[in-house]
Amino acid sequence: MTVGVVMLCHASLHRAAQVARHWAQAGCPVVIHLDRRVAEADRANFAAALADLPDVRFSRRIACEWGTFSLVQATIEAATRMLQDFPQAGHVYLASGSCLPIRPVAELEAHLAAHPHTDFIESVTTADVGWTVGGLNKERFTLRFPFSWKKQRQFFDRYVRLQRRLGFQRRIPEGIVPHLGSQWWCLTRPTLQAILHHPDRARHDRYFRRVWIPDESYFQTIVRQLSTRVESRSLTLSKFDFQGRPYVFYDDHMHLLRRTEAFVARKIWPQADQLYDTYLAPATETASRPEPNPGKIDRLFAKAVERRTRGRPGLYMQSRFPSKARGANRAAAPYGVFEGLDDLFSDFHPWLARVAEARVHGHLFAPDRAQFSGGEPVFKGGLSDSASLRDYNPRSFLTSLIWNTRGERQCFQFGPGDVQDIAPFLAGDPNASIAIVSGAFAIPLWRSGRSVPEIRAEAARLQKIEADFIALLQGPETKARTRVWTLADFVEDPVEHLHQIVDDLNPRAPHRMTELPRMVDLSGFGGFLQELRNQGMQPVLMGEFPAVIEMDRIGRGMVRPQLAR
Amino acid sequence: MGLISVYRLRLQRKRLLLRAFRRRRQLSQIANRMVGLRAQPILLFSAMRNERVRLPFFLDYYRKLGVDHFLIVDNGSDDGTREYLAEQKDVSLWTTGAGYKQSRFGMDWLMHLLRRHGTGNWCLTVDVDEFLVYPFCETRPLRALTDWLDSAGSRAFAAMLLDMYPKGAMHEQPYREGQNPFEIAQYFDSGNYTIKRNWPYLNLWIQGGPRARVFFADAPKKAPAMNKIPLVKWDPGYAYVSSTHMMLPRGLNLTYESGGGEKPSGCLLHAKFLDTFAAKAEEELRRGQHYAESHEYRAYREGIARERDLWCNWSEKYINWRQLEILGLMSKGNWA
Repeated sequence: MTVGVVMLCHASLHRAAQVARHWAQAGCPVVIHLDRRVAEADRANFAAALADLPDVRFSRRIACEWGTFSLVQATIEAATRMLQDFPQAGHVYLASGSCLPIRPVAELEAHLAAHPHTDFIESVTTADVGWTVGGLNKERFTLRFPFSWKKQRQFFDRYVRLQRRLGFQRRIPEGIVPHLGSQWWCLTRPTLQAILHHPDRARHDRYFRRVWIPDESYFQTIVRQLSTRVESRSLTLSKFDFQGRPYVFYDDHMHLLRRTEAFVARKIWPQADQLYDTYLAPATETASRPEPNPGKIDRLFAKAVERRTRGRPGLYMQSRFPSKARGANRAAAPYGVFEGLDDLFSDFHPWLARVAEARVHGHLFAPDRAQFSGGEPVFKGGLSDSASLRDYNPRSFLTSLIWNTRGERQCFQFGPGDVQDIAPFLAGDPNASIAIVSGAFAIPLWRSGRSVPEIRAEAARLQKIEADFIALLQGPETKARTRVWTLADFVEDPVEHLHQIVDDLNPRAPHRMTELPRMVDLSGFGGFLQELRNQGMQPVLMGEFPAVIEMDRIGRGMVRPQLAR
Repeated sequence: MGLISVYRLRLQRKRLLLRAFRRRRQLSQIANRMVGLRAQPILLFSAMRNERVRLPFFLDYYRKLGVDHFLIVDNGSDDGTREYLAEQKDVSLWTTGAGYKQSRFGMDWLMHLLRRHGTGNWCLTVDVDEFLVYPFCETRPLRALTDWLDSAGSRAFAAMLLDMYPKGAMHEQPYREGQNPFEIAQYFDSGNYTIKRNWPYLNLWIQGGPRARVFFADAPKKAPAMNKIPLVKWDPGYAYVSSTHMMLPRGLNLTYESGGGEKPSGCLLHAKFLDTFAAKAEEELRRGQHYAESHEYRAYREGIARERDLWCNWSEKYINWRQLEILGLMSKGNWA
């Protein structure tokens, strides 16, 4: 007993001829169905190339169109011929012209000999199928498909929609329980015989003529009525991408193919010389096959689908540029934005770098230049500190920075003195966590020593900008995590608030902070605010800041600052 | 997008096609070796002037990738470029003395050749200093890519220009004929590109890289465009609008995914910044035949005069396409 191979061929005939020869020389009879649409000259060449092999036959030719019954008809023609001409075929293997046997034929024969009464055919009820594309599985059996999917796609789609809306259903004939599965099967002689000589064959054919993609359901359904033992898996490795197109194997897949358990792979790029040369070479040594690991190949293709459908979040590049709804407002990784804290604490920047285990930048959006960590003129990825380059496209600047430094948490200072164009992006980015001590911008003004009338206009301008930013953060579009304290609230309990900041940044930080940054001496700041009021400006963002503040308590660190009236 | 502006783009496309058709008279054919090519050859189109020293490596590089035939327009070279090309068995050659700028920087000539000889085939349009890198290019020839694009129903493949530069001043390491230019220009900027959508044409407008960083820091808007669509299955109605940066009909420019995923894309390694560059910049400036009143070249001259080194601490050293894909400059998409 041996295995007979039915090959459905329509293109790359020189490769198909090579494969047919390989099967035949290993002692397997081959019946080839050649698409009727193949040109006569090509057919003649093909036939001539195989003329010396007595056990290679050709079946009656049918013009095949993908998705229609013609493919089933072609299979039936060839299978009938196989059963008639080659009584020695105990199993029949259905393959295509672009299939390549990737294990020695002897191993396949041994496998089949060990399972003489088993039909290897993937056959799954429609309810359990997860791989069909376009949502058509059960409906393949209950709708009508008079339009060509390839040539009349619009009509095809519209007619499907129309039938769905009208609730149209074809009646499924009695005795048929729809099953789906890979087109490539290997059936035992008795099972195949029973399918081909089924008393209801004419009725089945009539029904399946109107089913969508019947080559994935005809044999898969009927085998369930007749087979004594179905092993629901295909011996052919064949993977489909998210649009239902089969993946193609190239020379560089060699090592993966060696690790599959399948006997045949589909489909092979016709010019993958190395694959064809290797696998069609006469079997010399059967040893040194690595442990099968089909999961590896599954992972490869699953990753390809994910890259195509989801991509790498936070990456903006020439072939990934999501629309707003699909992630345009998102950096690649979480990052921290701090406003006002570096005004309040003189050494906030180095302190944060120590406690948060992060890369801490200065004001990245300062008007004169981007203050990269360490004062570098160029940062990772080649980002320039030039303000004009940055302001030309601040989004690209920030998303590039976060993408370039993936794996390392980034933090930067922001403030009302900075260029604000990036603000809407920050507010809408779920990866941003923003901490603001509002009104702290007044501290450097106060400490500048300039006279209050001089400062007043500047203070009002900064207050307006900061108020706008806070209003933006409180808007409905905001996805960033935000914490806003007024200056008065913050200095009331700086330790607790600093704890919150560090926890937000690094929630799994193993240790609590052991040191605090040094707060600017604020004695006299209340008086300064009063002076601003006297000059006609209304400082509101600082909160209810006390007129007199006892700095020595705060300065000592962990002690709660005592506020006095 | 109103009907009127759609129609305006159509008119623009027709105008470009007509213009290319008129300019065909400027070309005189020197060698046509297109007979006997295989069915559906992969063709490379290029226009050049005085690039003799670069040619051997350029032709070899693309032969190895699987380009079947080169169609080249020589724009009045006097350094032996024409003679060298005329000897190559897989090159068809045209020559012209007409102005480069007046022919839209060679695009009119190339579009005529594309329409005449490229229709129905995959056509690669590159400059002599641009080297295509695509996913799996070490193990899969160009035809594997075009077959895959065909099966996916894609008509065009994007490859961003990636400026490569040496460490140190450009004149320090002279380029020898036949040498891989990326032995000298080994470095690139990995993550300082800006992207915008260019509305009526739908394409992405990418700028950045070392040129923006060093030469255009004060005028970023003028920095050269890096987005390119060099590989197209040509149709007689197609037109390149500005170099190979964007195309009409504008649907061809949708080589990117806007639903969150990644489409496959490649890179054009740009071997512009070699020791040949200073001479080239001088010549181009004299002839005034380049973009934007040669603003670009003026900026370079000033840059070169100040002996600016393009290299910086964060310059990335080129290894292979996988590195570019990990860095996010190109993508495999769902080609596995």
